[in-house]
Amino acid sequence: MNSNTKYNILRTVLSISIALLISFGIIFLTSKEPVKAIVQLLTGPLQSQRRFGNVIEAMIPLIFTGTGVSIMFAANEINLAGEGAFHLGGLVATYFALNTALPAGLSPLATILVAGLFGMIVTAIPAILKIKTESDVLVSSLMMNYLILYFSNYVLSNILRDPKAGAVVSFAVPSVTQFSPIISGTRIHVGLFIAIAVAILGYIFMYKTKIGYELRITGENRDFARYSGINVVKITLISQLLGGFIFGIGGGVELLGMYNRFTWTSLLGYGWDAIIITTLAKKNPIYVPFAAFFLAYLRTGASIMSRSTDVVTEIVIITQGIIILLVVAEQFLSKYRHKLVAKEAKAELMEREGE
Amino acid sequence: MIVDAILSPEFLNNTLRATTPILFAALASAIASKSGVVNMALEGIMLFAALFGVIFSAAFQSAWLGLLATMVVGGFIGLFLAFAVLKLKTDEILAAIAINLIANGATILILLFVSGDRGISSSINSLTIPMVSLPVIENIPFIGTVLSNQNILTYISLIMVVVVHIFLYKTPLGLQIRAVGENKDAAESVGISPDRIRYISLILSGVLASMGGFFLSGGYMTRFTTGMSAGRGFIALAASAMGGNTPIGSFLVSLLFGAAQAISNILQLGTLPHELVQMLPYLTTLIGLGIYSYSRMKKRQRLMGR
Repeated sequence: MNSNTKYNILRTVLSISIALLISFGIIFLTSKEPVKAIVQLLTGPLQSQRRFGNVIEAMIPLIFTGTGVSIMFAANEINLAGEGAFHLGGLVATYFALNTALPAGLSPLATILVAGLFGMIVTAIPAILKIKTESDVLVSSLMMNYLILYFSNYVLSNILRDPKAGAVVSFAVPSVTQFSPIISGTRIHVGLFIAIAVAILGYIFMYKTKIGYELRITGENRDFARYSGINVVKITLISQLLGGFIFGIGGGVELLGMYNRFTWTSLLGYGWDAIIITTLAKKNPIYVPFAAFFLAYLRTGASIMSRSTDVVTEIVIITQGIIILLVVAEQFLSKYRHKLVAKEAKAELMEREGE
Repeated sequence: MIVDAILSPEFLNNTLRATTPILFAALASAIASKSGVVNMALEGIMLFAALFGVIFSAAFQSAWLGLLATMVVGGFIGLFLAFAVLKLKTDEILAAIAINLIANGATILILLFVSGDRGISSSINSLTIPMVSLPVIENIPFIGTVLSNQNILTYISLIMVVVVHIFLYKTPLGLQIRAVGENKDAAESVGISPDRIRYISLILSGVLASMGGFFLSGGYMTRFTTGMSAGRGFIALAASAMGGNTPIGSFLVSLLFGAAQAISNILQLGTLPHELVQMLPYLTTLIGLGIYSYSRMKKRQRLMGR
């Protein structure tokens, strides 16, 4: 293990610890039963099979969004439309499942692929707008999310709404299209395997293919990439399309696995969750499942905590924000890094002198 | 019928009202951008300000003292962003995303802690900045209806356009801010500290954005509701970008978005499906941004070609 990896691991662990300590501080300040709350937060998910199942269920969409945003951000393009792509993926999956009659095995597969294609359109619009007009992807991708939200609300209440249901929800997706649980006593579904496959494929794409290599070069130094003969516009577009596709599939899988009706009337925030995951995973899809597990564990713990004590789940959002701040702060622990690098160089020097 | 509604002075009055929070935030964004930092935390700052506005105005039982205290909080969040970006060398976008996330969680937490409510601050006895009618002007037909009977903060936001313009273009500090934004190294070579200037710019940016946030819960509405900034901070980012980060430009584009918001408010009462009408401000932003960027790109290409 070289000093850089060691340093990165230490820094990530320390950032998470500090963020958790700050959250514990807030819990102590605001709660009447702080110790119980913290114990529930940290150990709650381990107390039963069903609860641990909840962690794995929550991890599935996070793996998709984390992988998607890792690929999009690898091009050094801050495209935040993943949120909208995920949302539209869920909507399109519902629409497609309700309006087609495909055989059992094919139906869920076709549904999530169509969801992926629509997700791709969502992240493509800001990317193409940038290519054609040089407009800022950050702002246009944020606008996309709101557009998708209200569009989905329109489709939900005017086209998909089940008038017999009390709340504003769509008709139920046919059971042949739904993912059924694979472990009894939990709601863990086949989407888990799809998610892990996507993360592995994402890793292979980024680290074992020519396009992936070009993508990483483009992200690190656009001018250098251009002078090396890489078509940076094409590479960037590919990464945005692929990212949106994964987000869309993620939305479709989440809907078929965890919901049987489309009920999303506000943005779910998966686009923002994806950012903390990609920060922890250092834009490498292979680490995404671990980061997703961590966040899912924390979320599930928070939800258990909020049910049994007076602390609300939103405490975790604050923890998330602090983790992002610390992990991406270059100067955080930079002195230590300097020491580490110096020590390693000295050791190397000694070794050579010895020869 | 809808056309009549849009041409009416009442509509323009509503437009100014809807423009106010966006305008404050757009001016905030303009100052930060002029110094060379994108302040994407506007959204979170506005959300924090909307909540603290309610809490402080109730605590002091004075809307004005509440506004003042909220502005201090806004300044501190700006300072925090500056510290993260300049001292800790955090990516400015990721730092802002973190602040926005913290705002989402913390406002819910604080609201619950202070009032025991979830979602809306109905049990907090907060005050609002009053509306005023302008003497003399209110008697002018049409213009009177448009301009008079607005919230005082709306008038302040309009005055701030002029103030920020003078600040950026007629004062030494404004010149330094623009110099740092244009060319950091050149500014440094003549003895300006870019970090100091950016600290100041981001603090001012935070203060301005917090005024917009205060207006949301203490003027536009009378209560705080969770997530009430509803993307206005992001729209403001677009507004100032499209306005070339100048106060006047930002104002004009903010007016356009305010009008889109006001049209959407009117149309929601009509027969069109309200969900589609709600898309209007965001769609206007997206298309406007595209057109603006395209024309700027063409202009740059023309200049380069020469």
